[in-house]
Amino acid sequence: MEHVLAILVGLFVALGIYLLLSRSVIRMLLGMVVLGNGVNLLIFTAGRLTREIAPIVPDGLSVPAGPIANPLPQALILTAIVIGFAMFSFLLVLAYRAYQTLDADNTDTMRLAEPDNAPNPPLSY
Amino acid sequence: MAGDLTQTLDPLLILVALAPFIAALFTPLLQRLIGSYAGWVLALVPAGIFAYLSSYLHPIATGTLVQGAIDWVPVYNLRLSFYLDGLSLTFALTIAGIGALVVLYAASYLKGHPHQGRFLAFLMAFMGAMLGLVLADNMLALFMFWELTSVTSFLLIGFDHSRQAARRGAIQALVVTNIGGMGLLAGVLLLQMIAGTWEMSAIGGVVRDSGLYGIVLACILLAAFTKSAQFPFHFWLPNAMEAPTPVSAFLHSATMVQAGVYLLARTTPFLGGTEIWTTLLVGFGGVTLIWGALGAMRQSDLKQMLAQTTIASLGLLVLLIGLGTETAILAMVAYFVAHALYKAAMFMIVGAVDHGTGTREITALGGLANVMPLTFFAAVLAGLAMVGLPPTIGFFAKEEMYLALANTEWQGILTLLVLVAGNALLGGVALLVVIKPFLGAMTETPRHAHEAPPAMLAGPILLAIAGVIGSIFIIGLADYILSPAASSIRGDYVESHLGWAIDLTSPVIWLSVATWILSGAVYYWAGAIRSGLRRASSALGWTADTVFDAVMFGLIRFAGAVTRWLHHGRLELYLVLVFVTLALALFVPLLGMGGLERLLPTAELGNWSAVLAWPDLRPYEWGVIALAVIGLGAVLMAPSRLVAILSLGVQGAAVALIFLLFGAPDLAFTQFMVEILSVVILTLVMTKLKLDERDPRHLEDLLRDGTLAVVCGAGVSLLLMVVLAGPLDTRLSDFFTATSVPIAHGANIVNVILVDYRGFDTLGEISVVMAAGIAIMALLRSRKKPAAPPKPRTRKAKGATA
Amino acid sequence: MNTLIFRTLAPVIVGIMLVFSVYVCLRGHNEPGGGFIGGLIAASAIAVYAMAVGVPAVREALRFEPTAFAGFGVFIAAGSGLLSLGTGSPFLTSIWLYLNLGDTVVPLSTPMIFDIGVYFVVFGTISAVALALQGDEGEEP
Repeated sequence: MEHVLAILVGLFVALGIYLLLSRSVIRMLLGMVVLGNGVNLLIFTAGRLTREIAPIVPDGLSVPAGPIANPLPQALILTAIVIGFAMFSFLLVLAYRAYQTLDADNTDTMRLAEPDNAPNPPLSY
Repeated sequence: MAGDLTQTLDPLLILVALAPFIAALFTPLLQRLIGSYAGWVLALVPAGIFAYLSSYLHPIATGTLVQGAIDWVPVYNLRLSFYLDGLSLTFALTIAGIGALVVLYAASYLKGHPHQGRFLAFLMAFMGAMLGLVLADNMLALFMFWELTSVTSFLLIGFDHSRQAARRGAIQALVVTNIGGMGLLAGVLLLQMIAGTWEMSAIGGVVRDSGLYGIVLACILLAAFTKSAQFPFHFWLPNAMEAPTPVSAFLHSATMVQAGVYLLARTTPFLGGTEIWTTLLVGFGGVTLIWGALGAMRQSDLKQMLAQTTIASLGLLVLLIGLGTETAILAMVAYFVAHALYKAAMFMIVGAVDHGTGTREITALGGLANVMPLTFFAAVLAGLAMVGLPPTIGFFAKEEMYLALANTEWQGILTLLVLVAGNALLGGVALLVVIKPFLGAMTETPRHAHEAPPAMLAGPILLAIAGVIGSIFIIGLADYILSPAASSIRGDYVESHLGWAIDLTSPVIWLSVATWILSGAVYYWAGAIRSGLRRASSALGWTADTVFDAVMFGLIRFAGAVTRWLHHGRLELYLVLVFVTLALALFVPLLGMGGLERLLPTAELGNWSAVLAWPDLRPYEWGVIALAVIGLGAVLMAPSRLVAILSLGVQGAAVALIFLLFGAPDLAFTQFMVEILSVVILTLVMTKLKLDERDPRHLEDLLRDGTLAVVCGAGVSLLLMVVLAGPLDTRLSDFFTATSVPIAHGANIVNVILVDYRGFDTLGEISVVMAAGIAIMALLRSRKKPAAPPKPRTRKAKGATA
Repeated sequence: MNTLIFRTLAPVIVGIMLVFSVYVCLRGHNEPGGGFIGGLIAASAIAVYAMAVGVPAVREALRFEPTAFAGFGVFIAAGSGLLSLGTGSPFLTSIWLYLNLGDTVVPLSTPMIFDIGVYFVVFGTISAVALALQGDEGEEP
């Protein structure tokens, strides 16, 4: 069953990259979210899958009775989700501001930092 | 006496090199407190060093070697070691002695300049670097001080940085000398490799027999020739004359340009003496001598004339080191001392003339002897030394160098002719500099001519007189300075035979006489020689200087072109590059390093059945995966932005369900909340923008991006499958599982990891979340157009609240 | 969104969500939950409330700037770690205190304070963003 998940991760990554390569800023944003989900699933699957048994020690025991899901990738992904969301919000607001200021949602027309006809460096001492 | 050197330790030697740096730190403060008197106080530092080092004259002349060292990087057995022998002492005394006079002179020359404190600080730092250079025993320390002299001289030459010529001169000096610096570094590292020691005093004769000798020699010569302005690297020196005159007097007579000469002298014991050494040094030195002397005749600016003669004198010194015989080395040391004294004096005299009259143009000056008698007096004495007339050290230096070449074969006679011609030209320049501005009819000058202030006269007069006194007591000078220095260079004891007994039957004295007569002739026909040389150089059309400019500008153009090529400003191409790299990083290990083989069937044939078997997923799990795929497809195909956002929510929810199905309820809840909030805020933003609905990509771009995306996706899938085929290291997870309740008192292992085991990590992460929040606030509150008048922040004014 | 039913029900829903978020946060050490999830639920509650009654009313109800909550969260999370320095242990070593209240034992600990800090950071940051975006009118031409 892990191989099915592996292929699903590949689909997430492929779509994420495809959207990121778009020139439309909002599509790039969607791409970031999809790619982030793909990477989270990648870590999750790489830590092996276990059905339905959450990594929680039952009451009264000091160690879990049987095999449980791997807790380490879960801890990593939990913070990754929240940080990913914070970054997504930041990028969204950045795109929003850029749209308002530059009146553009297309990276081809956002050339403030690297203008089309950059001047030559001065030839003097 | 040779061979039985006694060694003494003196930790104060380190302080000698560091004291000027310390003084430099306090110079601006001192300048602020006591104004232009700072120069008098600062001059005490080099004067003190001079006095201190003088106390070593006798021990060193009797065969003592003084050492001082502190640990630098003990791990690498690196010590900041200094030592003092005859050669170091000669150079150090010259630097400290002339340095004291120059500091005094500079304080008066730049009186009232707004950045005088800065200037004096640079000057002191340079002096420290130079003292460190000539005292260093450790080769890395030598390199460090070498580069420090380059940097501080850059600051000094470019001191008047509002003029482009000064900036150009400074950059040129820095670039040329730093090319040599790189050579020195390479040479030093190779020497360490060959000899196995960082201390120059410990390098034996192994270098000459090494197979790397040629490369080492090339590196060291590159360093010495660039620093000492040997042809064809000579062009930076005249341009460095853009510096204020005290700098020229200091850097370009006794110190920085002599660093290359010092390096050659210092490395003679383990590099010198070979045929190639002699050939290269004599060849380059001779060409430089003639080139510089002719260059001097071409000029009419006093300072430029002196600059060109300095090039010639440096060539002469290199030539003498190349000859390497006892007499030649003795002549080289004598000439070094004589040159340092008269050239520093000459530069100061020219500075005084410039200061007093407002011009340095030789054709515009005349008859100054009456108004500047003391300057004239110094000029006459310095001029005598430069022409090589008695009673000056210059006379003995010239005698000695002719003696070195007497009775030799045709190469020697050719060299002798070069020497005579060079000396004659230099003598002619000296006559021009001394006679033209001071004698003859008085001319009109931009400023009303007046005598220089005492602080500016002290230097040239003292130095010129020192040259005379040195010659009167030539036997003492030879015993205490010339002979010990020559002995250090030669590596064994050199007996001096200098004295006042002049043998009129020797051809040497008649060569001197011939030189004087030729000097007179050069002086007489100076005008004709000058115009002839100018015609010749304009016929040539280009100089090393123009080549330098072409190279520098070519470099700038090349850098600009490369930058434009790499920074084309098209974001999607940058990203394509990133993902192509990702694809390579995924597939190279998979294909090239045998990663994929883990997935291939093995001999037991067990593998294929496992891989090909229908995955044992339950129906609802297939449902969730199908939901994820549908969500992804919908994001891709969505006809409008709103549908795309909702589809994004669908795929996110599917991910959350996967987490839930495979034992991660915490992740599932978090993912659900995040997806809901994402959709909400995306919708909030989207409804405010009028966005273009279409994907603006052309078909070929779509194909390129699609291919790249599929390749990367396939790479990640394959990588994950390979990882899954391998073993899982569960040590960490097992530890957390086993200790969560007993040690950390928490049953939810994921939460325990987050807030306890990896709490520091989580603390960093929540800080990042908060920082992102603050950044978002800052973005939202920054106004769209800063120039617009601020609108009232009330709810009624639409579009005002942020 | 501004239907009467929604406006009437919203405070009740929001109240329940906020209480639930605190519950989820506090039980997180032994059951599914924790500061991250709790903070997200509370932030959603704030977003819902803002839809119902408007951003200024929510800001007034919160009393403090939302980012201040986030700062407070980082502050107490770091502070809980500093407590362990008093016992000579490394930064962020947990300290447990069991309070006996009659029949029940209430465990208090520095990881709990830390988790509450996480809760505040997530809650403060995300509600700040949500409120700011809801309040921003778009400045369209």
